[in-house]
Amino acid sequence: MTPQPSTTSEPLRLRRYAGLYGSLWRTAVVREMSFQANFILWLFVELLWFALQLGFNAVIYQHTDSIGDWTKWQVVMLIGASHFIQQLFQALLLTNCAQLSDLVHTGRMDFLLLFPVNTRFLVSARFVDLGGFIGAASGLAVMIYAAAQLHLTPTVAQIAGFGLLCLVSVLIHYSLMFLMATISFWTVRAQGLVMAYYNLFSIARIPDVAFRGATRVLFTLVIPMLLVASVPVKVLGAKLASPAEIFLLLAMGGACFLVSSLVWHVALRRYASASS
Amino acid sequence: MKTYGHIITMGIQNTLVYRVNFFCRAFFNLIPLFATMALWRAIYAGKPAEVAGYTLAQMLSYYLLVTIVEASTSVTEDDWQIAADIKDGAIGQFLIRPMDYLHYRLCLFFSGRAVYVLAALVPVGVFVLWQREFLVPPVNATALVVFLISLVFSAVLQFFLSYLIAMLAFWVLEISSFTFILLACERLASGQMFPLDILPHWLAQAMMWTPFPYGTFFPVSIYLGKVTGVALAQGFLLQSFWVVALYAAARLVWQRGLRSYTVVGG
Repeated sequence: MTPQPSTTSEPLRLRRYAGLYGSLWRTAVVREMSFQANFILWLFVELLWFALQLGFNAVIYQHTDSIGDWTKWQVVMLIGASHFIQQLFQALLLTNCAQLSDLVHTGRMDFLLLFPVNTRFLVSARFVDLGGFIGAASGLAVMIYAAAQLHLTPTVAQIAGFGLLCLVSVLIHYSLMFLMATISFWTVRAQGLVMAYYNLFSIARIPDVAFRGATRVLFTLVIPMLLVASVPVKVLGAKLASPAEIFLLLAMGGACFLVSSLVWHVALRRYASASS
Repeated sequence: MKTYGHIITMGIQNTLVYRVNFFCRAFFNLIPLFATMALWRAIYAGKPAEVAGYTLAQMLSYYLLVTIVEASTSVTEDDWQIAADIKDGAIGQFLIRPMDYLHYRLCLFFSGRAVYVLAALVPVGVFVLWQREFLVPPVNATALVVFLISLVFSAVLQFFLSYLIAMLAFWVLEISSFTFILLACERLASGQMFPLDILPHWLAQAMMWTPFPYGTFFPVSIYLGKVTGVALAQGFLLQSFWVVALYAAARLVWQRGLRSYTVVGG
């Protein structure tokens, strides 16, 4: 069901995809620049919501010194990291996942299947949301400020580890969102998908110690919300209980991606087109 | 009056299409609620019995009540629909009919709420039952009655706010960014994120002059017995003031909007 050119060699194929992705980026810039006021307004909306989360944290720490073993600035770092990862995901992939259901219901999916390119790549990477990068930068800025408050001086290895783990976290965001969107192949409409996503990932900003028992297991080993932002921050702040947490994040990243791929393939096989 | 009865019935029939959507929405809204409640439990675990005058049970009750108030009063699809009506010219027919668009939308809002409450009954009900040990009963019967009355005011108030934002569709192409700004204001200033009286006193007082607290914080405070006597009367006065003021503003903006409005086609 996924058409692939069979005769091209690996480096050529990579170059072809890189070229393709480059042109997708160019159209993204052109599109954003044609609605400048809207672009700036959305930047403001994102910043407002980010400020709201930080404000909530500030209010809470007016009344307590720590939540479990998490101090105020450590939680600020957690909120910053969570925002950084989420915005990175939003910039590269979120809009595309959200539009999958529309593609299926309007039958436009037919055309994407006909292109001689991997369909999942095309479906996932068609739009780039440039505002997301600015949002990600704001998350990073807050993290740096919090790190200064904590007198943290992370080593190059810690920073590199943080960066790599953030990419794994983006993969988890993507896999889970893509999975939810793929379900729209079966359901009538996947309305409110983005809202559901934001609600689910709001857990990533909460210190993991707040959860106990069954919910802790659920949000670690089934839907790894308590790992996605927490583990990268712990690596940066030397707060890891054991290196096993890193392996857990990596393993969950792989598992989530695998499940989303499996469901995607089953869904594609079932796809019977909506048009004609 | 009969006409509006028909509109409400029709609205209920139309909104039933959204029942699965409403169910999912109510379900996914419980996730951040659960997370926030877990967070407060962790805070109280290492603290004295009260935070800013709230015991743990009161604090958790606060969030459960916010969820109930939100499910029964907050605006879900209405703002998008109103903006779409303006954009695609559907309001044109109201200009030549003896029916008021604002009243028509208000009826549809109430039908929408009725369906939403029904759809949310199972997820929210199960959640509240699961957490029932933390739901304190209303302080007395009067508080419960007054709470229910203020709930109606709160619904109408939130509807007018959203209606005003939707009116922006007369002038701008896309209202969704504005809707999210309003949503952010409501999250913070209406007390959906945290009870406003845990803020520094002057800040909480300043917020009480805006319309937002009368959407959520005020009714919940009545239930919990946090506002009584003169403060209650004053709160009701301000809530009513905002309902009337926002209604007047909605009328005014509608008139202004129509002045620059063009309907193409029929």
